[in-house]
Amino acid sequence: MTRPEPPIAKSEAVQRDASGMPVPVSTGVMQAAAHHARDAHNDVLFRTVLLASALLVLAALLGTAGSTLWGGRLAFQTFGWSFLVSDHWDAVNGQFGALVPIWGTLMTSVLAMLLAVPVSFGIALFLTEVAPPWLRTPIAAAVELLAGIPSIIYGMWGLFVLAPFLADHADAWINDKLGTLPIVGRLFQGPPLGIGMLTAGLVLAIMVIPFISSVMREVFHTVPTRLKESAYALGSTTSEVVWNIVLPYTRSAVIGGIFLGLGRALGETMAVTFVLGNAHQFSESLLMPSSSIASVIANEFTEASSDLHRSTLIALGFLLFCVTFVVLAIAKLLLLRLARKEGNA
Amino acid sequence: MSGDNAWLYRRRRVNNALALVLASLATLFGLFWLVWILWVTASKGMSALSPTLFTRLTPAPPGDGGGLANAFYGSAVVSLIALLIGTPVGIGAGVWLAEYAQRRALGAVIRFLNDILLSAPSIVLGLFVYSLVVKPLGHFSALAGGLALALIVLPVVVRTTDEMLRLVPSTMREAALSLGVPQWKVIVQILLRSARAGVVTGILLALARITGETAPLLFTALNNQYWNSNLLKPIATVPVVIFQFAMSPYDGWHALAWAGALVVTAFVLVLSLLSRLLLARTKVTHD
Repeated sequence: MTRPEPPIAKSEAVQRDASGMPVPVSTGVMQAAAHHARDAHNDVLFRTVLLASALLVLAALLGTAGSTLWGGRLAFQTFGWSFLVSDHWDAVNGQFGALVPIWGTLMTSVLAMLLAVPVSFGIALFLTEVAPPWLRTPIAAAVELLAGIPSIIYGMWGLFVLAPFLADHADAWINDKLGTLPIVGRLFQGPPLGIGMLTAGLVLAIMVIPFISSVMREVFHTVPTRLKESAYALGSTTSEVVWNIVLPYTRSAVIGGIFLGLGRALGETMAVTFVLGNAHQFSESLLMPSSSIASVIANEFTEASSDLHRSTLIALGFLLFCVTFVVLAIAKLLLLRLARKEGNA
Repeated sequence: MSGDNAWLYRRRRVNNALALVLASLATLFGLFWLVWILWVTASKGMSALSPTLFTRLTPAPPGDGGGLANAFYGSAVVSLIALLIGTPVGIGAGVWLAEYAQRRALGAVIRFLNDILLSAPSIVLGLFVYSLVVKPLGHFSALAGGLALALIVLPVVVRTTDEMLRLVPSTMREAALSLGVPQWKVIVQILLRSARAGVVTGILLALARITGETAPLLFTALNNQYWNSNLLKPIATVPVVIFQFAMSPYDGWHALAWAGALVVTAFVLVLSLLSRLLLARTKVTHD
């Protein structure tokens, strides 16, 4: 009668020779030891390769920061701090100031946030408290489709459809009604061109709404049901529960979601390039064409006439990278804070 | 006194109703743009769509009677390079984060930086590849374009691999390890296999992201009016050609740009739908 095979068939097989006869134990031990050594060696090798790939992520970020700083050194050395405050952009005479692109980047992103944050909050509120449950998944999926549309499609739509529409129907009204207001009126005076910072801000807002609303929706779901039900039991209305229970509980993550959207808006290139008009003339008006850091790089990099011009564009890229890095890092830290409260991190 | 209460009660009711109506309007506002953009892309793209779009080369101005064949080919080549570089590295890094770095500071740092790379401006990544590849080689190339897109693929794959592996029950790891299976075999033959659908989802999502990506290609792959199979030469890609054609004054080029835009959008939407379905199926099997 044969012995039933033990569960570890492999090590058993090692201890028999070709004819099935057991080999002396010492050889088997040595073979097993060699096997172990090989496994250990492979494990170390595997682990090292994996670590190297993980370090490549680190290298990609450091490389981006380092190479743009190095590539932009000529511009930084030539212009010094005045690079940040000068609005003089003259490629022929080699004079470059970054004020207009920096201003354009900040203004379009701020405009986008002013519009996107309340709308995203409304969508998240609708999807977590208002809509009947069967409607929530399809609408959430539809809103997230907006995030999937490539930015170049937003740009084309903005240039060919939205800009003419605004030029015909909105810009004149804005100029006449808002342009006459005291103090802020200057922001809204301008010819009905259709392209400009206001249009870019609107397109950016549409692009970041799905990012912000999906973060908000997810964190609203983390609020413990018993907290909300306690408030309802005390007679709170839905809006009071959201305002007094849900928002305070998720505050840091909600702000994190907003910063995530801001980081996206600051670095967005194609959509803005289409509708901003690539003007280097400084203007207070939101109806006037302007430029952003990303759009200047996209428009001028391959046509840069001199080393200084190219270096200036790379230096702008470095500034953009630093700003978005800080914004996204803040976003991530704020989001982690809620995750920690939840015990997920 | 009771009049005061009734007034307060009514005001709270009105406030609540107002908030809920505003929330619904915000949702309609978001969906309105989605419908408008998709409608414009579909209608303008459809009227320009023709079989020659896939068989003819990009035409010289004014752009009548051409196609985007070289651009579709170029996009396929560049995306393939990006996936070939980005996927293995991304899976490797994701596995390291999930399996080897659970409680290590370096793991937390890399996870954190990976999330930042995920949202970093793609145009700056293009500048990095420009100084890394294009400048030393002295010319724009399909390879540089692929490398730039690989930097966008990388964080997406890292993140999904990491998340999907952490969904695999630890009993599976322990069972395999207790049988004396070396860890690399546990990971490759058991953990990655059971997380396969999730990892594939990550690759599909990454492909969807790079399909419409334009900015980093502008100064890495550049553009090419002709058919090019040399990886070290500039190559046309659909998004860059769309950008060039849309910004031009020619109607023929505009029509081709809309046709390209429709194809790209449809492809991206199908990919994201596919990955959504795949993800839904994995979630069911894991629960």
